[in-house]
Amino acid sequence: MAQTGAVAPAAPAAAEPVARRAVSRRATGHPAGSGGWRKRLEILLFVTPALALMAVFVVWPVVAAVRMSFFRWKGFGPMDDFVGWNNYALVLKDQVFTDAVMHNFVIVVLSLLVQLPLGLAIALLLNRKIRMRGLLRTIVFVPYVVAEVIAGVVWFQLLQPGYGVVDGLVSAVGLTPPEQGFLGTPSLTLWTLFVVLTWKYLGMAILLFLAGLQGVPDELYEAAQIDGASWWQAQRRIAIPLLGPTMRTWAFLSMIGSLQLFDLVWVLTGGGPANATTTMATYLVNQGTARSNYGIAGAASVVLFVVAFVMAVLYQIFVLRRDTTEAR
Amino acid sequence: MATVTTSAGPARAPRRSRTFGGGGPLVYGLAAVVVALTLGPVLYGALGGFRTNEQLARDPAGLPDPWVFSNYQGVLTNDAFWRYAVNSTVVAVVTTVVAVLFGVMAAYPLARYQFRLREPLFLVFVLGLLFPAAVAIIPLFILVTRDLGLGNTWWGVALPQAAFALPMTVVILRPFLMAIPRELEEAALIDGASRVGVFWRIALPLSAPGMITVGVLAFVASWNAYLLPLLLLRDEMRTLPLGVADYSTEHSADTAGVLAFTTIAMIPALVLFLALQKRIVSGLQGAVKG
Repeated sequence: MAQTGAVAPAAPAAAEPVARRAVSRRATGHPAGSGGWRKRLEILLFVTPALALMAVFVVWPVVAAVRMSFFRWKGFGPMDDFVGWNNYALVLKDQVFTDAVMHNFVIVVLSLLVQLPLGLAIALLLNRKIRMRGLLRTIVFVPYVVAEVIAGVVWFQLLQPGYGVVDGLVSAVGLTPPEQGFLGTPSLTLWTLFVVLTWKYLGMAILLFLAGLQGVPDELYEAAQIDGASWWQAQRRIAIPLLGPTMRTWAFLSMIGSLQLFDLVWVLTGGGPANATTTMATYLVNQGTARSNYGIAGAASVVLFVVAFVMAVLYQIFVLRRDTTEAR
Repeated sequence: MATVTTSAGPARAPRRSRTFGGGGPLVYGLAAVVVALTLGPVLYGALGGFRTNEQLARDPAGLPDPWVFSNYQGVLTNDAFWRYAVNSTVVAVVTTVVAVLFGVMAAYPLARYQFRLREPLFLVFVLGLLFPAAVAIIPLFILVTRDLGLGNTWWGVALPQAAFALPMTVVILRPFLMAIPRELEEAALIDGASRVGVFWRIALPLSAPGMITVGVLAFVASWNAYLLPLLLLRDEMRTLPLGVADYSTEHSADTAGVLAFTTIAMIPALVLFLALQKRIVSGLQGAVKG
C-alpha cells in the first residue's frame, strides 16, 4: 500500500512524453518482438508467485479435504483407515448436518426474497436528489465494514432476553418478547440471525445497485419526464430493467456468501440453541476441531463445496448467461 | 473496461439537470428510518462504552448520564488490547502486500500478453472465487501447523489469507490493467525498456487506483477475519476479532467494557474504508460490469 501510494504521483509525468513519441513512431510496426522463449519466461515470472501461493494454500488443502473424507482419522498417526464413502453416508444421515444444509438454503432464499427488494427500494430512494445524499450513502455502508464478530458481539447485547434493547422496543410496541429471548427460542433464532445478517449485508446490495443506477443515462429520465411519466413509472420501466445485470451479479455473490456463513453464527449462537442455527461451516469446524472427526469434517467440506459449485454453475448457465449473450 | 473510466467520477452525478426533483417529507422520513436502523446498533455500542454497567442495566437504550470515560481508558491501557492490535495490523499488512503484489503481477500478463492459455488461466482465478475458505479450513489448519510449522505465527495466517484474496484481486485488477493505453507501453518498448521494466515503471504506477481498491478490500477482510485466526492463533498471538469475542465471553458481566472494546476494535477498518470509499466503489463497479 505504502509503496503504491508513493509511486503513483510520479507516474503520469513520466509517462506523458513517452506517449507523444509513441504516436510518431507508430508506423514502424508492432514493437513487442514476440520472441517465444523470452515471452514464455516472462509470463511464468509474472504468474508463478500467485499460482504457487494458491496451489499451496487453496488447491492443496481442498484436495486434502477430499482425501481426508475417505478415511476415518482422529488427527494423529497415519491416515490409513480407509472407509470408502462411509463418512459421506454418516454426514448425510446426520440430522444435524441435513438441518445445517436446510438453514443455509433458508438464508439463501430469504436473502433473495427480502434483501433484493429492500436493497432496491433504498437504492432508488438514495438515488433521488435529496439533501445529504452522499452522507446517507456512506452511513448505509457502515455495517458492511464492521467485522461479523463485532456485529455479533453488539447484537448479542442488544438481543439479551429481558433487559436487551430489542426486547425493550418490542415491549414498547405492546408485544410480548419471547421468554427465552430471540436467541434462545429455537423457533425464532434462525429468523433473528437473518435479521442481523440483513443489517450487516444490505449495504453491499445498496452500494452495488446505486453504482448500477449511476450508469443509467440521465437523458432517459428526462425523456420519460417530458412524456409525462411519474417518478415511479420511470423507475419501473427504465431504472429497474437496466439494473438487471447488477441485480443478478449481487444475487450470485449473496448466494455464495450465504452458503459459507460462519463467523456471525459462531459468535451469536454457536449453532444453537439445540442446533437450530447450525450451518455447513459451523458443522464442519465443530467436527474438525472440537471432536477431531477429521474424516467427517472432510466429507462435510466436500458436500459444501459441491453444493456451492453446482449452484454457481447452474446460476451461470441459467441466469448470468443472459447477460453475456445480451451484451454481444 | 469502459466502465472503469466512466465510473471513476461519481462526483459528476450530483450536477445532473433537474429530473425528478428531491424528496418530500415521506422520502426524508424513510431515509431517517433507514439511518436509525443502520446506525442504531453501532451507536449503541459506541455510547454504551461511555456508560456504566449500572446505567446500562437500568435503561439499555438510554444516553450516557453522566458520561464515563473509564471503559475506553481501560481498553486503551490494556496491554492485551495493544498486543491484539499489533497482531491484527501486522497480519493485515502482510496479507495486503502479498495479495496486491502477486495479484498485480498475475493480472498483468492476463491483461497484456497474447498467449494460448490466457483465458483458461484467467478462469483458474475466477474459479478460485468459488472456493470458500471454509471448505479448506481443516486441512489448512493441519498444513500450516504441522507441515509448515507456522501455527500461531503471523505468516501462518497472512499467507493463506493472501492466497484466498488473490482471485478477487486478479479479477478486479485485470480490467484496470487493460484500460491503460497500450501506446504508453509500446513507446517504452521502442525506447528499449524490457517487458518487466514496462510493468514496473508504467503498468504498476498507472494501476495504483485499482491496487488501492483491492488493497483496502484485502486489508479490511484480514482485519475482520475470524475463522482462520480462530483455528491458528492462541494466547499472545490472537488478533482483535478473537480478542473481542474472547473478551466478551470472559467479561460477560462487564457489558460496558465489552462495548468499549468492540467500538475501538472496529475503528481502523471503518476509517480506512470510509476514507477510500469512492475508490472502492468504482473498483467494484469495474469488476461487476467489466
